Amino acid sequence: MGCAPPAGGVSLEGVDLAKETVIGGRVRLGGNPVAGAYVRLLDSGGDFTGEVVTDEAGGFRFLARPGEWSVRVLSPKGSGSRAVIAELGLPADATVDL
Amino acid sequence: MSTDALVDIDWAVAHAGDPKVVFVEVDEDVSAYDKGHIAGAVKLDWKDDLQDPVRRDFVDQAGFEALLSARGIGNDDTVVLYGGNNNWFAAYAYWYFKVYGHADVKLLDGGRKKWELESKPLTTEVVDRPATTYTAKPADSSIRALRDEVSAAIGRDNLVDVRSPDEFAGRLLAPAHLPQEQSQRPGHIPGAKNVPWAKAANEDGTFKSADELASLYEGAGVDPAKDTVAYCRIGERSAHTWFVLHEILGRPNVKNYDGSWTEYGSLVGVPIELGD
Repeated sequence: MGCAPPAGGVSLEGVDLAKETVIGGRVRLGGNPVAGAYVRLLDSGGDFTGEVVTDEAGGFRFLARPGEWSVRVLSPKGSGSRAVIAELGLPADATVDL
Repeated sequence: MSTDALVDIDWAVAHAGDPKVVFVEVDEDVSAYDKGHIAGAVKLDWKDDLQDPVRRDFVDQAGFEALLSARGIGNDDTVVLYGGNNNWFAAYAYWYFKVYGHADVKLLDGGRKKWELESKPLTTEVVDRPATTYTAKPADSSIRALRDEVSAAIGRDNLVDVRSPDEFAGRLLAPAHLPQEQSQRPGHIPGAKNVPWAKAANEDGTFKSADELASLYEGAGVDPAKDTVAYCRIGERSAHTWFVLHEILGRPNVKNYDGSWTEYGSLVGVPIELGD
C-alpha cells in the first residue's frame, strides 16, 4: 500500500518540508475518523492561530513554526484538545481522540 | 447582543422560509456551500462575485446591482450573511453590503460553525430565486480606508492590526493554515496595536459580549475617542473587527482597510515596524 498516509495521517502533499513546519493528524471517535470537525491551533499562550475543518478521513494540517502549540477540536460529536511540539522538517502528529 | 446587526441561531431558525429574509452564504472555501447550506440560502463567491476580475478592487456599483439582481435579492429584503472561518468572509460581505448602502443586513452570530456545532440541518437543494432589479447606493467611502489615508493616519488615528501575533511581528506572512506567500515585506504599520480578530470571538465563532469587547480594545490601547482603521492581510479578518467596533460597539469613524498588508507590505518607501 504505497499510497498509505504517513504515521499519524499528516498529509504532506504540496508541502516543502525544508521550509515549512507541519502540524497535522486526524480526529477520531472510537477509532473512526470524524469528518467536518473544527480544529483550532492555539499558540503557547493559548491564543488562536488558525482553524481548519477535517476532511473525509478526519485529517487536518497546519503550517506553523517550531515551538509548543496546542490543538483544540470542536464537533457536534464532542470536543478535545492536546499539546504538540513542532519542529522544522519533522511533521508533528497531533491526532486527537474525542 | 444589543445590536440588531447580529442575529442568533434561534432567530435564523425562526425566520427560515420568511419570504422577506434572504440567507446568503459567503465562504473562503467556495465549495462549502455546494456540500450543504442553510435551506433557501444563496451563495456569494467572495472572489468571483465580489472582486473585479481585472483590477484589484471591489466590483463597482453597477456590478453590485447586477450581482444582487441575479441572486434575486431585493432592496427591501433582509439579508442575513453567514459563512465559514468564523464569519470572516461573511463579515467582509456585510461590510461590502454596507458600502453599497443595503438597508437591512445582518450577520448570523457564529456563522456556519455554530450552525454545524448545533447540528442544524444543511441541504444541497438548489436555490432559484427570481431575478430582481436591485439599486445600489454610491459606495460609502466613510467605512473604507485607502492606502493614502492609512499612511496619513500613522501617529494620529488608531491603527488596529487584527492578524495573528506572528504575522504582526513579521515572523509569518499569512495565517498558519494558509500557504506562506503574499506581501513583499513582513511586519506591521508603525504604531499599530495588535488585537487579533480571534480575541473578539468565542471558540464557537460567536462574538464576545459588548462589555468584553470594549475592554479588549481599550486594554490594548485603542483609544475610543480617536478615528480607527482596521487592517489584516486582505481585508476580511479586519472586516470582522470593523463589525465589532462599528456595529456592536457603535464607534463612529471606523474604516476597514481592505488593501491591508498585502498592499501596505508591498508599497515602496513606506515605514514598517518589525517585532512584537
